[in-house]
Amino acid sequence: MLLNKPPIVADADLAVVRKPLPHDSAPRHVTGTAAYIDDIREPSGTLHVAPGYAPIASGQITSLDLDEVRAAPGVVAVLTAADIPGSNDVSPKLIGDDPALAVDRVRFHGQVVFIVVAETRDQARRAAKKAKFVTVAETPVVAIAEATETVLPEYSFGRGDVEMGLAAAPLKLDGQFSIGGQEHFYLEGQIALAVPGEAGEMHVYSSTQHPSEVQHLVAHALHVPSSAVTVEIRRMGGGFGGKESQASQWAVLAAVAAVKTGRPCKFRLDRDDDMMMTGKRHEFDVEYRVGATSDGILRSVDVALNARCGHSEDLSMGVVDRTMFHSDNSYFYPTCRILTRRFRTNTVSNTAFRGFGGPQGMLFAERMMDHLAYTLQKDPLDVRKENFYRAGRDHTPYGMQVTDNLLHDLVGQLERTSDYRARREEITAWNAKSRILKRGLALTPVKFGISFTLMMLNQAGALIHLYRDGSLHLNHGGTEMGQGLYQKVAQVVAEAFGVDTAKVAITATRTDKVPNTSPTAASSGTDLNAMAAQNACNIIKDRLFAFIEEKWHVRRTQVTFRDNQVVFGNHVMSLAELANAAYVERVQLSAAGFYKTPKIAWNRDKAEGRPFFYFAYGAACSEVTIDTMTGEMKVDRVDVLHDVGKSLNPAIDIGQIEGGFVQGMGWLTTEELVWDKQGRLRTHAPSTYKIPAASDIPEHFKVELFQSEGPREDTIFKSKAVGEPPLMLGISVFCAIANAIASLKPGVMPALNAPATPEAIMRAVRGMTTTG
Amino acid sequence: MRETVRFVRRGQIVEVGKVDPMTTLLDYLRLTEGSTGTKEGCGEGDCGACTVAIGRSRGGKVVYEPVNACIQLLGMADGTEIVTVEDLADGVTLHPIQQAMVEKHGSQCGFCTPGFVMSLFSLYEGTDGPVGRDEVNDAIAGNLCRCTGYRPIVEAALSACAGPRDDKFRKTAEDMAGILDFITDDRDIFIGDDDRFFAAPASIDGLAALYSRHPDAILVAGATDVGLWITKQLRDLPKIIHLGRVKDLDGIEDTGREVLIGAAATYAGVEPYMRAIDPDLGELFRRIGSKQVRARGTVGGNVANGSPIGDTPPALIVLGATMELRRRDRSRVLAVEDFYIEYGKQNRAAGEFVTGLLIPKLRPDQVFRCYKVTKRFDQDISSVMGAFRFTLDEQGVIQEARIAYGGMAGIPKRAKGAEAALQGAGIRDAAAWSKAFVALRDDFAPMDDHRASANYRAETAHALLGKALLEAAGTPTSRTRLVGRREGYVHAAE
Repeated sequence: MLLNKPPIVADADLAVVRKPLPHDSAPRHVTGTAAYIDDIREPSGTLHVAPGYAPIASGQITSLDLDEVRAAPGVVAVLTAADIPGSNDVSPKLIGDDPALAVDRVRFHGQVVFIVVAETRDQARRAAKKAKFVTVAETPVVAIAEATETVLPEYSFGRGDVEMGLAAAPLKLDGQFSIGGQEHFYLEGQIALAVPGEAGEMHVYSSTQHPSEVQHLVAHALHVPSSAVTVEIRRMGGGFGGKESQASQWAVLAAVAAVKTGRPCKFRLDRDDDMMMTGKRHEFDVEYRVGATSDGILRSVDVALNARCGHSEDLSMGVVDRTMFHSDNSYFYPTCRILTRRFRTNTVSNTAFRGFGGPQGMLFAERMMDHLAYTLQKDPLDVRKENFYRAGRDHTPYGMQVTDNLLHDLVGQLERTSDYRARREEITAWNAKSRILKRGLALTPVKFGISFTLMMLNQAGALIHLYRDGSLHLNHGGTEMGQGLYQKVAQVVAEAFGVDTAKVAITATRTDKVPNTSPTAASSGTDLNAMAAQNACNIIKDRLFAFIEEKWHVRRTQVTFRDNQVVFGNHVMSLAELANAAYVERVQLSAAGFYKTPKIAWNRDKAEGRPFFYFAYGAACSEVTIDTMTGEMKVDRVDVLHDVGKSLNPAIDIGQIEGGFVQGMGWLTTEELVWDKQGRLRTHAPSTYKIPAASDIPEHFKVELFQSEGPREDTIFKSKAVGEPPLMLGISVFCAIANAIASLKPGVMPALNAPATPEAIMRAVRGMTTTG
Repeated sequence: MRETVRFVRRGQIVEVGKVDPMTTLLDYLRLTEGSTGTKEGCGEGDCGACTVAIGRSRGGKVVYEPVNACIQLLGMADGTEIVTVEDLADGVTLHPIQQAMVEKHGSQCGFCTPGFVMSLFSLYEGTDGPVGRDEVNDAIAGNLCRCTGYRPIVEAALSACAGPRDDKFRKTAEDMAGILDFITDDRDIFIGDDDRFFAAPASIDGLAALYSRHPDAILVAGATDVGLWITKQLRDLPKIIHLGRVKDLDGIEDTGREVLIGAAATYAGVEPYMRAIDPDLGELFRRIGSKQVRARGTVGGNVANGSPIGDTPPALIVLGATMELRRRDRSRVLAVEDFYIEYGKQNRAAGEFVTGLLIPKLRPDQVFRCYKVTKRFDQDISSVMGAFRFTLDEQGVIQEARIAYGGMAGIPKRAKGAEAALQGAGIRDAAAWSKAFVALRDDFAPMDDHRASANYRAETAHALLGKALLEAAGTPTSRTRLVGRREGYVHAAE
């Protein structure tokens, strides 16, 4: 589809790309004029929707009395599953296991059974509380250990004879630990506004990372063709994966309410409802056996990763597969078996979350490295480095060869710049004298595969218009959730036409402009959409080149777009003059661009192929202090070195790395999801669920971009994806905590579960002092 | 009697007549006024996305404090200037805080940004020169950002506050103070009828009379708890009496031997007095909620609402604080510890309200310590909070040990067994310590919940007593704590 491949542009010739320009909406963010869906001026007559749910986590609804709900002030309609004109299903794959409104049976606490539509949001919420349920409650399955049913069959891949490898290894270890989930806590909660049009049309404003999926699910629910539904999103107040599949239900229900009432309907979830009703990062119980040489070089790895998927499948296929793809992190496993089980529980269906299962796999690999190191009383960094992929030991457990390995250079550089060795000595000496407080240090790597492992999603479209006044309209299938995608793509378009980014109008993502889009996920937003936009630019430029050649007889190689001018032969003109001249000669100045990632292939049944276009790398060195009496912990210093290829916008990339690190740190420290025995989430608001605050960030928090010539693959201006990989840099904090605990008793691996809350740390500390 | 609420918006006096008692400031701004720059993130005052600045006239100047608009009642804004994120720019020129946020890449998704801007605006207006990192962290402890990791926001604050203050608010401060003085009066506010009203009496006698007529009314001081009854529990609160306008009820007085606190005095107002009693007490107050919460929440409310996890009661109990309650024109005084009977039940009659607290200061022979253990250091609720006061004679013998915990029982409660074990023992007497630890186990039967397990609570209570004894005895050979380090306290091996 790439009609023409633009020549490689030297960095020195780039005018807009690689510049640390601010986020396109920054001035509007700081003045409160950037509109989110709840800020859109409501169409007259807009109604408001609130959810109703049963007081149990598992069981049968024997009767539901909604009379008082209907009689409550302001209520216009109360709707149940029977009111959905089409299919009652918001599962991403349309497999029918995730109803928009539950019928008869409740599968998790907070599962929506009915909705109230009222004149005001407050009226709708208050009315929803008046429902009278009669239920037969069953004991909910909450913990992984209690679960027996699965949402998908067991799946494994690996290589060689694991048992033989283990048997032959001089050093054998086994262990188990648990990994907690994570709430996305996007600051803007789930929201949709559905505005009915004529002839069955529906325009849905949805805070979603996946407008096309919302479009298709709304169409199915309303029993209309996809062409009748338009989904639009200008910006989200955060997504992090939590609005990939989880935005659909609210959009579908708003649309159903709009059809039933004939009026625009807005559905904005209250924060507590949002946290109860939408999926989170998957929890895992991990069991492993490992065989190694007496120096700690891996021989054989056997790991079972048991995931809590919640009540339905949702995205658990891709998520848990990615746990497997990253269970090696950066290390070569000569023989291995990576096994996953995906358990069904009576909890909200777990879903995409930045890293998409990868972080849990990686945490296993790092725990295993620590286990080897503490057992052998070696520095964990040495064990890590000795097990890195290297020439001859460069095939992953899924068969893909690692050909772009930066681990040695990158980690070596961070080891020096973070002063790792000297600090290690200083900390060891300090710990020997400190009775109550103990410090820990860890340097951990990240290697993250870039591409959707569901191959069809690795495509993108863009739409570009060049107007007669030289202004440009940019649209593409990617969505903006704060990551700066719109700004980066605008920089690519501005570069193509040699204009300032101010000349490029960034417009809301809409399914009627670019159809059949992939979710903005898997860190792929820029890789895919910027390529598609560049393709569209090149199609328009091709026509302009042809026009110039025909009219002025100047060859395309002699034409430059730069400094808001088009220069060719003896001509210097503005883009407006050229556009107008081309228009007059009836040249089409609009183009749809397209891109699909080359070279990738993955056969899941055979577990072979090349699922990733390339890998992104990074490493972090974190230092912490713990209080062994109370389990409290403070992060003292963080140094990060991260690979983004050649950055399209270093300011935005550093922002992604810092934010990702802190989010990963939060996942593994303060962020604890607690369910009670009745299957109710007890931490459903920021008062009880604690994401990092400003004072949790150390004063020394240094993030640098790894300088390189960029990937060998042909990515957009040699940049690399940056959305997810930095989250896993936060694992260094967890390993530093383990390191501090390990100082209590040489030779013993601390039994630390994630998240490392003060209580988890205290438990691990007690474990050190009581084990033999 | 006044039947309106008056405040200043964008230089104009706004007078609102029909105010439902439960209308929040955020709903007024977003739904009535249409100012959608201020966001709702959580609806419980914990994320700060709804932060606005409230200006009050203080001695010819305007003092701005950040508040969470989502849990503030509109009526509480009477007599103030309400500043929102839309109001800061001077025409097309961004406010220095806004400009710095853009330049330092302080916004990503942008949803939390208006709240950060308003918290930092309050910091900018509340200081005159460069600010430190800790000051910035404290200013934004009540603002959550999920995108940036905070570093660029902190840098924006440091940079914007580095130079002299220069914005339109400084230029017009005197005029604004004048306008605010002009709209402030000493009339009682009563909006509505006897079945449903918002009232804000101007005098303590007016309050006593109104409350005895409506003992079913809800008394609201800072609304940092009552706000959630409205936004989260969806309770109907038809009768609201706001304490914020009662003359002298927010008074604070240092008599030399004790500190007197009016029931409507805010945490922010009280904090420096507590810091002067003991640095641990100051740090405890700093870690209550956030700037937004401390600007509105009151010590009186914290004591009166009877929560088992309130942070001030254990400290007040060991300090021997007393409280005054009033009903109609009758007052009585009782020890704070006697106010708590059992979970959800306090020693307070219908129509009776707290008027103030008396907190004895420490004597030179008394050692005080308190520790708050949480999942997150800032803006979190205690798993366990422990407070300790040891009175020592010249030989180091414990004359009196007062020990109280929050989070260990249905009420804030003293550890009487542990106290008795220490009474009369030398502060360095290891055998007495052991006895106290054993006794402590019998003093409490803590609960499992989402903050901590019973076992962790018991172990932490033990640890905190150990820490307090270690510090009081002056025997530690190395650092004893991660946070809240005390100036001038000798930590060996540092």
